[in-house]
Amino acid sequence: MHLLDIHQLSIAFESYDFRMRKRTMPVIRELSLSVQAGEILAIVGASGSGKSLLAHSILGLLPEHAAISGKLTFDGQPLTDRRMRQLRGNQIALIPQSVQYLNPLMRVGQQVEEAVRIGNPKLERQKVFERFRLPQAAAAMYPYQLSGGMARRVLVCIAAVSGAKLIIADEPTPGLDEQVAQDTLLVFQQMADQGTAILFITHDLTAAAQIADRVAVLHSGELMEIAPASSFTGEGTALVHPYTRALWQALPQNQFIHVKGWQS
Amino acid sequence: MRIPTLLLRQLMRLVLLLACVSSLTFVLMSNSPIDPVQAYIGADMLRVGEEQRAAIAEHWGLNEPPVQRFFTWLSAIVRGDFGTSIIYRQPVVEVIQEKFMSSISLLMIAWLLSGFIGFAAGVAAAMKRGTWLDRIIQWYCYALSSTPTFWAGVLLLLLFTVWLPIFPVGLGTPIGVRADEVSWLDRAYHMILPAITLSLVGVSHIALHTREKLIEVLSSEYITFARAKGLSGLQLVWRHGLRNILLPAITLQFASFSELFGGAVLIEQVFSYPGLGQATVEASTRGDVPLLMGIVLFSTCFVFVGNSIAEWTYRIIDPRIKEWYKHEA
Amino acid sequence: MKRSYLLTIISASVLLVVPLLLAALLSSKGLLSQLDARNLSPSWNHLFGTDWLGRDMLTRTMKGLALSIGVGTAASISSAIIACILGLIAATLGKTADRIITWLIDCFLSVPHLVLLILIAFAAGGGMKGVILALALTHWPSLARLLRAEILAMKVAPYVIISKQLGKSSWWIATRHMLPHLLPQFIVGALLMFPHAILHEAALTFLGMGLSPHQPAIGIILSESMKYISAGMWWLAVFPGLCLFIVVRAFDMLARSLYSIIDPSRARQ
Repeated sequence: MHLLDIHQLSIAFESYDFRMRKRTMPVIRELSLSVQAGEILAIVGASGSGKSLLAHSILGLLPEHAAISGKLTFDGQPLTDRRMRQLRGNQIALIPQSVQYLNPLMRVGQQVEEAVRIGNPKLERQKVFERFRLPQAAAAMYPYQLSGGMARRVLVCIAAVSGAKLIIADEPTPGLDEQVAQDTLLVFQQMADQGTAILFITHDLTAAAQIADRVAVLHSGELMEIAPASSFTGEGTALVHPYTRALWQALPQNQFIHVKGWQS
Repeated sequence: MRIPTLLLRQLMRLVLLLACVSSLTFVLMSNSPIDPVQAYIGADMLRVGEEQRAAIAEHWGLNEPPVQRFFTWLSAIVRGDFGTSIIYRQPVVEVIQEKFMSSISLLMIAWLLSGFIGFAAGVAAAMKRGTWLDRIIQWYCYALSSTPTFWAGVLLLLLFTVWLPIFPVGLGTPIGVRADEVSWLDRAYHMILPAITLSLVGVSHIALHTREKLIEVLSSEYITFARAKGLSGLQLVWRHGLRNILLPAITLQFASFSELFGGAVLIEQVFSYPGLGQATVEASTRGDVPLLMGIVLFSTCFVFVGNSIAEWTYRIIDPRIKEWYKHEA
Repeated sequence: MKRSYLLTIISASVLLVVPLLLAALLSSKGLLSQLDARNLSPSWNHLFGTDWLGRDMLTRTMKGLALSIGVGTAASISSAIIACILGLIAATLGKTADRIITWLIDCFLSVPHLVLLILIAFAAGGGMKGVILALALTHWPSLARLLRAEILAMKVAPYVIISKQLGKSSWWIATRHMLPHLLPQFIVGALLMFPHAILHEAALTFLGMGLSPHQPAIGIILSESMKYISAGMWWLAVFPGLCLFIVVRAFDMLARSLYSIIDPSRARQ
């Protein structure tokens, strides 16, 4: 059974122009995908392709003027607004995409501790800091005192201590140095091995192909293709959609082929 | 910069400000058509002869040129001598001290009340943004800014002493009791209504400010993330919102000493509360020049202290938080 | 949205014209005492009731409001002119002038406004003249500060610098770039001054500054009413105050709506 099932999800933003006429701007169109427990599903797309909105829509965090349609199911039951509020933070956790998501006026340790659901917050926090190689002294610091990489790791810590069944990681690796980025990916893999489902949202196709089981490719709000990670090898002949193939082939370590009409 | 240096600089600013205000005041007064001797004599006009008037003028040095008078006055002030109040026949310093002591409790209570109520109302309005509660709070704040303070006082007086006689009709102390025999309970009883009026008038600024700030904070990314962590409602605002809006609110409240003092002048008049505000009105309507000048300088100091504390709240609190606020501003 | 602002402006203007019209239309007979019509509560003959001398409160209130509006207008126009002149001088005449004027603004803002009003009204010898002078001399600082800041900001704005590099004269820049931007700010600033001026006028007359007791100023009416409210004559206090409130509120809404139309991006409130 799928842990999370997204069926025909569409998101649009409603706004009013200066003559008070309603305008709708679609950002995600009829998207369907699903994740199983223990699986890493990567969602790859350029910026502006609606990746972050997808993450926020699963958590019920979209702004008020967003119009949403479609069906979400979590753990076999429909994911209503109310259920989203109950589940977020304990069944579904978010790793946000920027350090701006840390409260600038709260000590980092406290921000990690308040996400702990089971066990002693302080103890859990110490354990998770150790696991992600953060110095214990960092707990008493404010976000602006941390380096970019440390702050990123704090964000990952917050998701890790929640014990959630599904972790939505929204661009967790940029800004991390190579070693730490690899460590983070490794941790995702460990968590997935322990049964956590991970929605890994990224624009880095290489990283996606490296750790994900399947890769979904998003282009201007539409799902192009969901392919097994094993398809992303060689010249990408196993890939069905020309956009996906173009994306893969354009990577520097591949052929670096510029394909007209698919650059966004 | 070190704290002592800052203190010294602030003190210098105060001295400069007082010098400026006092010379301004003096220029105004010396060009005034009001004859201080006549104001002093008042109703006894007919019984005072020409020679006595001249003697009084001589005694006050009124016949000297203005510049010399200004320096005489200034040097007296520097020595702490503000002259003698004409109405109270007492040194101005003593009068101000006594009256301010009577006003300070009224001012403090009104200030604290308006701060708490305004802050709470602002938080409530921001959390319930767009609902009827938000609309009522906003409407109240805007309406209040168009309400004459003294009229609000008169209405409350009408409501609570005539229609629902719960409170006494003003006067800081009951009639027929000597000032030093009045119990604190009596004082408090007579102070409730003026204090409430003064605080009700003061909430609108802080409430609107807090509302706007909190709405801004609530739409920030770290609040989105806190919600993703499962926090919601009051818990969310308490943990992640308050610390980010509290300091600007406190600053604003300290910067409002000027309005507070002005409000007290009107409210004390309405409730016949024997404080510094009433003394201000009496000094002006009965031509007590030394007292009025003393009050002008004193109220300037009062406002200056408030503004200085407002500036200093950022330095006093945790320097690390200060860094962030500075960055935001 | 624009339509609702327009509606606000029209209805607020009507609310402001009504007291002026009524003050002109109602005969001054209502101001004379009528001993057989003393202490009457509101009725069709006397909508706002009568006072202890039998004077018609509607007439007194409307004449008082007309006086307040007149005084408020005179005071805010003079204050706006002062603000304009000082703001311009501070922003254009170099560092020393700027420092002196900034310091003067700080000075004015550091004395409680009401105390300053009382001081000036007193020093001017009281009376109508004292009240107007006090109001005119104390409402300019915030507008002067705003104009100064606007001009200083515009002097380094890219479009002005480009104009300069294109060889346009200072006069051209001032009239084509700066004036169209400053004029609305100035007008709205002056309009927003008006409610303050009226409230302060009422406060000063309430405290017994200036006007003689026979003049029907709102503040005087309200301060007189205080002696009679314990006798249950509530109408003496309620109606005049309410009318004052409505006039001030109307003007405040008028100014804010105008602001929203002129400069929608900045109108917050």
